[in-house]
Amino acid sequence: MNLLARYAECIFWMARYMERAENLARILDVQETFARDSKGDINWLSIVQLYADETAFFERHSEATAETVIQFYVLDPQNTSSLTSMIRAARENARILRPWISTEMWTQINVFYNKLLELKPKDVTARGLGRICAWIKEECQTHTGITEGTFYRDQGWYFYQMGKYIERADQTTRLLDIKYHTLVPTVGDAPPDGSTLDVSQWCTVLRSAAGYHAFRRVYPRGMSPATVAGFMLFNEGFPRSVVMCVRQIDGFLTRLRSRYSLRRGAAAMESVDELLGALLSRPIEAVIREGLHDYLDWVQRQLILITSEIGQAFFGLEPPAPPAVEAPATSQSGGQSQSQGDGQGQSQTQAAVP
Amino acid sequence: MEAAHTALIRERLAAIDFDDLRRRAADVERELYNLGITFLVYSEKDAVDRILPFDIIPRVISAQEWAHLDAGVQQRVATLNLFLHDIYHDQKILKDGIIPPELVLGNPNFRPQMVGLDIPHNTYIHIMGVDLVRDRHGTFRVLEDNGRVPSGVSYVVENRHMMQRIFPDLMQGIGIRPVDNYGHKLLEALYEIAPASAGDDPQGALLSPGAYNSAYFEHIFLAREMGVPLVEGRDLVVENDRVYMKTTDGLAPVHSIYRRIGDDFLDPRAFNPDSLLGVPGIFDAYRKGNVALANAIGTGVADDKAVYCYVPRMIKYYLDQDPIIPNVDTRICREPDALQYTLDHLDELVVKPVGEAGGYGITIGPRASKAELEDCRTKLLADPANYISQPVVDLSVCPTMVDGDIEPRHVDLRPFAITGSKTWVLPGGLTRVALKRGTLIVNSSQGGGSKDTWVLEDRA
Repeated sequence: MNLLARYAECIFWMARYMERAENLARILDVQETFARDSKGDINWLSIVQLYADETAFFERHSEATAETVIQFYVLDPQNTSSLTSMIRAARENARILRPWISTEMWTQINVFYNKLLELKPKDVTARGLGRICAWIKEECQTHTGITEGTFYRDQGWYFYQMGKYIERADQTTRLLDIKYHTLVPTVGDAPPDGSTLDVSQWCTVLRSAAGYHAFRRVYPRGMSPATVAGFMLFNEGFPRSVVMCVRQIDGFLTRLRSRYSLRRGAAAMESVDELLGALLSRPIEAVIREGLHDYLDWVQRQLILITSEIGQAFFGLEPPAPPAVEAPATSQSGGQSQSQGDGQGQSQTQAAVP
Repeated sequence: MEAAHTALIRERLAAIDFDDLRRRAADVERELYNLGITFLVYSEKDAVDRILPFDIIPRVISAQEWAHLDAGVQQRVATLNLFLHDIYHDQKILKDGIIPPELVLGNPNFRPQMVGLDIPHNTYIHIMGVDLVRDRHGTFRVLEDNGRVPSGVSYVVENRHMMQRIFPDLMQGIGIRPVDNYGHKLLEALYEIAPASAGDDPQGALLSPGAYNSAYFEHIFLAREMGVPLVEGRDLVVENDRVYMKTTDGLAPVHSIYRRIGDDFLDPRAFNPDSLLGVPGIFDAYRKGNVALANAIGTGVADDKAVYCYVPRMIKYYLDQDPIIPNVDTRICREPDALQYTLDHLDELVVKPVGEAGGYGITIGPRASKAELEDCRTKLLADPANYISQPVVDLSVCPTMVDGDIEPRHVDLRPFAITGSKTWVLPGGLTRVALKRGTLIVNSSQGGGSKDTWVLEDRA
């Protein structure tokens, strides 16, 4: 049976929101060490900067403290990038998809969201953050596992996978990007093994991507900006490396088109090929020499382009309007555009993080 | 409930201790909530998911009793379909003076666009829910017909699934007729009415107003049970009077649609031009026979309160039979005798306006003040044709678990029928129960709940 375009879009975004929530939980979880500044103090503002949420954050709070940042990113329903908002968006999509997804998938997301709603601000403190984040990660992984084990393998599965891997690739580039300037102090003269502080920062980056042990297996000794960045960008075995994710996107897009003889999606295919080609063509040393940030920025823009091309090919979306014109709210029910439409916009703001 | 056919069930229920019953009741509620078997309630701020409270003590209907109800529902569906075909064609029943023509032709639910149009099997009402109550003598009576978009069948099936999980010990070997093939029967009916041009493999769809509709869970349920996409207006387009849905591979044809959108909102070109929910041009596709709609357009004229009173006469007129399930005794105040009787017995009767604003303006005689009765008398005399009167029906009760005790509570019953080329009645139905002591109101918005309805197999 043909897949309804709107369902394909919902599946794609459901996967993205779950993946994004898992990554936010990872980042909050390692916050303790992640955001220490050069004096060793915890800089809670850095999380806000990571997501380019300064404006929204300071509209609601006067100071970035453990308490305010945690509230903002865990429970705040008005912050569209809080965990609650993302799981709500995932659940809204899942609700629309109930005729298509398995009962197990729906029930788990529904229960997860309802449990999240039961959390009170007093449950979500700096001291309790680790436990909450561990729980959220586990729920997100449970979702991934249930999906793997119960989601019928037709077109919907391919859109789910593409959403998941696009988001994952995007999140990995963000993780690298926020630390690139502390970790690669000056272009061209990065110390081969870094200062003590750098090493702990790099460890944190790896841990937040669940890559620390894998990295150690590949590089038992020595940890340098080049080895860590190279691992996270190009390693062929690391499930969160950008190359691994883009290969997956490429594979799913190709099989989607060949197995279901879909006539559309050639533009998305070409963009994926271009991205994969670029990722495979340059060693990490060259990337760092020429500027890691610009490189990551390009990868992110390419992912946004691919998302938009997938949307035009399969979801019946119009090409983006010229920049001067505000895109009209075409959606008939406000809720859905909230759960999906702003995903791209959000990626774009996030991509602007220095 | 003290009847022989429930003896075994009562015995088994009595053997389960009370704490266990309470625990199982709590399990059910949690499970319903986790599964999202909910309806939406709109509060001031936002929409809230609520479960329909579920009472774990089943209502049991014997095979013999059910055979009677099944036949009665079939008779009613057949009659209403004959009536709809008649009023959209020759209008014999109006010409013969059985029903006042203005009641039909002046009815806001009458669609002149449907006059002269032929539809497959002459079936207008493919999905029907009949609201039944049982009076103090144990006689089932029809309270209302739902021939537009009757809701509640999803609870019938899901309640049964819930009971099977929570009470396997209670149900084993009882011989309860299954209800879970409803989706399959519905899809068959959709296939039967699909245009011939669709060939052997027609594409069905369920058309919903969207995720913010209070019955959205039911829409999901039905689409899933049938294995057809749940679409919204924006997913469909009409080109050259054919209906298509937007898929990942472009437009794909759709042939048969179970629509859960009212006539008014279905096609802004043919009906309400302000509606954003529907599909522009779908009525033209329908008129040309390129797409089937269930229910047909214009069925609302058969299920309103004014026409309801005439259904027993219609049964006589079209089938030359007596009603198998009688109406609640209803007096049509436009008829002088009935008006006089109503005026003479105002304090004993329920007086209802038949206009569109149903539910409002009802006077319940035994509970009304003198001033209210006088007000009612004035209105009746001013516009008798707008009113009907009925005795207060003393709804039957079923044992029900309330705050951990078992007490009698009032119930009604909504069986569901599906008609393609012929009619099938789901053996069961939605039993709604008034959870508040003393109240007759079973509506979910007024604290009503539901029960599983067990129709026993005929073992003779």
